[in-house]
Amino acid sequence: MVNTGGEPTPHSEAASADAMIKVRGLTKAIGPQEILRGIDLDVRRGETLAIIGRSGGGKSVFLKHIIGLMQPEAGDIWVDGQNIIGLNERQLAAIRQKVGILFQGAALFDSMTVAENIAFPLREAGERDPTILREKIREMLEVVELEGQEDKMPVSLSGGMKKRVGLARSIIRRPSCVLYDEPTSGLDPVVSDSINRLIRRLQQRFGMTSIVVTHDMKSAFQVGNHIAYLHEGRIYFHGTPAELERVSDPILQDFLLGRSGSESAL
Amino acid sequence: MVRLVSAVGRVFLSLFEYLGELVLLAADTFHSIFTRRLRWRLFLHQIVEIGLLSQLVVVITGGFTGAVFAAQTYFQFNKLGIGSGVGAVVSVSLCRELGPVLTALMVTGRVGASMSAEIGTMKVTEQIDALRALAVYPVDYLVVPRTLAMMVSMPLLVAECIAFGIGASYFIAVHVLEISGTYYMSNMVRWTGMRDITMGLTKGFCFAILIVFISCHKGLTAREGAVGVGKATTEAVVNSSLAVLIFNFFLTMFLNIIFPAGYQ
Repeated sequence: MVNTGGEPTPHSEAASADAMIKVRGLTKAIGPQEILRGIDLDVRRGETLAIIGRSGGGKSVFLKHIIGLMQPEAGDIWVDGQNIIGLNERQLAAIRQKVGILFQGAALFDSMTVAENIAFPLREAGERDPTILREKIREMLEVVELEGQEDKMPVSLSGGMKKRVGLARSIIRRPSCVLYDEPTSGLDPVVSDSINRLIRRLQQRFGMTSIVVTHDMKSAFQVGNHIAYLHEGRIYFHGTPAELERVSDPILQDFLLGRSGSESAL
Repeated sequence: MVRLVSAVGRVFLSLFEYLGELVLLAADTFHSIFTRRLRWRLFLHQIVEIGLLSQLVVVITGGFTGAVFAAQTYFQFNKLGIGSGVGAVVSVSLCRELGPVLTALMVTGRVGASMSAEIGTMKVTEQIDALRALAVYPVDYLVVPRTLAMMVSMPLLVAECIAFGIGASYFIAVHVLEISGTYYMSNMVRWTGMRDITMGLTKGFCFAILIVFISCHKGLTAREGAVGVGKATTEAVVNSSLAVLIFNFFLTMFLNIIFPAGYQ
């Protein structure tokens, strides 16, 4: 890993003790391709960590491991102090109530309206009172700035609106941690900026720990308290945005400046 | 030679792997049915989708099969002077074989395809991952309501298919082929027993289980976008149809021990 020389490294004892999410030696192969090659990472409570890296570099795969949607070949993941490796789907349910996820394509249930999508986690948790459900839906729509869209179907929403609804659905039960998979991909700069502001606002309002996977550098700098760079299946850099700006490492520089670099030079 | 043996071995291994996955899905589903709360809204929705909306298909299938079967039987039997035996042949055949098998094949085409396409689309658009991420087990939410609805609907659809088949065959035999209605009914009642009806309904129940697990499994394992969903849907229909036809033979042999055919 690139030495940032600044704050304590994320693997220090203090960081580990306060970690909402702790990952050690995570490896994953899909077919013959090794996607993750031993990831070590800590995410402290209440912080927003932006994970950047090239497309197809395993960022989304890593994110899905944190919520147990994928199982690794080796390694351990602790969420709020509990090791989730080896847990079955039913055992993972308790962990998944603490961690929300916004999927890249929002993954809204296309047979349900916006309101039904947002209320889904509460209904599944046994809430049946229509007054409480209506109030919660209204509150969530206000948080994601989509008031009055309750009755729309997902198919009639724009990409940005879908992501907002997906976000509202994932935070309605107030999880301790939210994972964002490419929250600004496919969105225009103005909508991207509004999503970034929304992520920051959620962190400030609810104190949620957030992991934002993105290859949008502007987004990473805008939302991240810390930034980790995933390169060739490993965390190549982990530090603050200010530290990342100061780094002179050629691989990081190529990524930050959007140069194809020597690796892929013809 | 080694390559041939290896290829055959691979086919058998993948077949056993597939059957194993089906058994695990079935075990998981029945475990959920007995240990988890039932989502009544989803169950009733599936009853409507599977039971209510299959009515027309099943009625037409049963009706026209009964009608054509009555006509064909009459053409043969009349030469032997036993035309009034049509009712007995048609009703026993519909109860024991044609009713359950034809209903199962029609439900496979209408419902099995829809199940695998719907669940497959949810899979490739990450909606199933979203369910899991929201702490909802997909088997509880998607497979259990469909399984229960199929188990309730299929025997009723089979009964309906048989009833309309017998009704149509009566109409053709009595009003078109001019067989005596009294003899038709008398022979039918004499040769058709509760054992034949029970056998048909039991087969319908068993086919429901086959269709629902094969179709849901194909949906849950769909991959690679729209092409994958299309492939899963086709495979669900083909596999379910083949399973119904193959299993029907073994079921017939087994059930015939419990419900022996013929006049008792």
